[in-house]
Amino acid sequence: MSKSLLLNEEQLDRALTRISHEILERNSGAKNIVLIGLQSRGVFLAKRLASKIINIEKIEVPVGSLDIGLYRDDISTGGAKELKKTEIGFDITDKSVVLVDDVLFTGRTIRAAMDALIDYGRPSQVQLAVLVDRGHRELPIRPDYIGKNIPTSLAQKVEVKLKEENNEDSVYLGEDA
Amino acid sequence: MPLETKHLLAIKNLSSQDINTILETADSLQEVSTRDIKKVPTLRGRTIVNLFLEPSTRTRTSFELAAKRLSADTVGISKSSSAVIKGESLKDTAKTLGAYNVDAVVIRHPAPGAAAYLADYMDASIINAGDGAHEHPTQALLDLFTANQHLGSLKGKKIAIIGDIYHSRVARSNILAFSKMGAKVLVVGPPGLIPKEVEKMGAQVSYDFDEVIPEVDIIYMLRIQLERQQQNLFLSVREYVKRYGLNSKRLARAKDCVVVMHPGPMNRGIEISAEVADMAKNLVTDQVSSGVAVRMAVLYLLVGGVSGLG
Repeated sequence: MSKSLLLNEEQLDRALTRISHEILERNSGAKNIVLIGLQSRGVFLAKRLASKIINIEKIEVPVGSLDIGLYRDDISTGGAKELKKTEIGFDITDKSVVLVDDVLFTGRTIRAAMDALIDYGRPSQVQLAVLVDRGHRELPIRPDYIGKNIPTSLAQKVEVKLKEENNEDSVYLGEDA
Repeated sequence: MPLETKHLLAIKNLSSQDINTILETADSLQEVSTRDIKKVPTLRGRTIVNLFLEPSTRTRTSFELAAKRLSADTVGISKSSSAVIKGESLKDTAKTLGAYNVDAVVIRHPAPGAAAYLADYMDASIINAGDGAHEHPTQALLDLFTANQHLGSLKGKKIAIIGDIYHSRVARSNILAFSKMGAKVLVVGPPGLIPKEVEKMGAQVSYDFDEVIPEVDIIYMLRIQLERQQQNLFLSVREYVKRYGLNSKRLARAKDCVVVMHPGPMNRGIEISAEVADMAKNLVTDQVSSGVAVRMAVLYLLVGGVSGLG
């Protein structure tokens, strides 16, 4: 399988820095923001965004994690999937919630995440930040913050590696065998 | 990641890997019961029958809550309200429920092996909620889960199970379950109430509670089933309390970090004194709340895959 590097460590970091500035600009500061990362890589990215926001704005934004396993729409077609932890240790009602994920593809994960969020409270807004948007949406969902747009074919695979689990920061595009 | 098994019939034929999968899933599901909206849509459209042909409060309630919190539809059948009282055989009950296309049957039955029998005649996943004096696997799983949360790993830990081992399906399942997780199991009780088979199951036997109490990490008190003591297996209740009851004086000789567990319902003043029953190291209410999370995990893993599986 051939694969090409789309983002290296530096580029990935710059993309996150830009996204954190965009989040602050769009929400006029960090006061009402909470970040919720989707298990598992979205959680790492949400934490990184939070630490960048501290550096820029000196405000600590709450970070939660969300596993969408209980809200999937493919439970009747696939097997029971592994469940990771959902930890939202704060009230999301009237907050601007920024959902964070690594790759945006069909949009089904985000649909499930929004359903899950509504069970926790009533946010004033929900926004979406993704490191990579690879297209091929199957639902009317669009991201508010994008690290990199990557046109892909359905046969290709986007592979995100983060230091928290792979000891490198990079995004690859590979052909599926 | 789904389980290797389609049914949950006994701890005996459950792999350690499946046990760990269930415990990890329960850990993720516990959070649902702490929300304002205690419900997720995961098992929407699935039907679960609670077939309880023997009395039960907590097992039945927690299976019911577990199913409802996962959005499954539940139907409860008890002995007095069912055709069983008209003499319907378990085989015909199985065929009838099968014809309704249910996804899982949770069964509590006075006869050992009833759950396995049902599994032979139905396509649905069968979950044993206690079959006579044989096994009560979900009780053992929730006990592992609770003990794990308080002690970290169970590897190398010592658990003493005290009481009427002979009549106890909870004891049988727990001996197997704690052994599989690497704990050392001691069973303690009057000689007439400890069957020979427990040594084969990997437990060590003692008749002297005072001797073992200082060395254990978990004290697991069984309920004395007064309704089952007609045979002469039993000493007088007074004598039993004196030798095998857990009171604060006896507990004072245990390790500081010891935890006390009990499957409930507790007979205060018999196997456990009222004082110990209310102590913080008594995990009995934790066991009850773990019960919902663990049963949610079992239902999710068994029913949450492809409908009808295969």
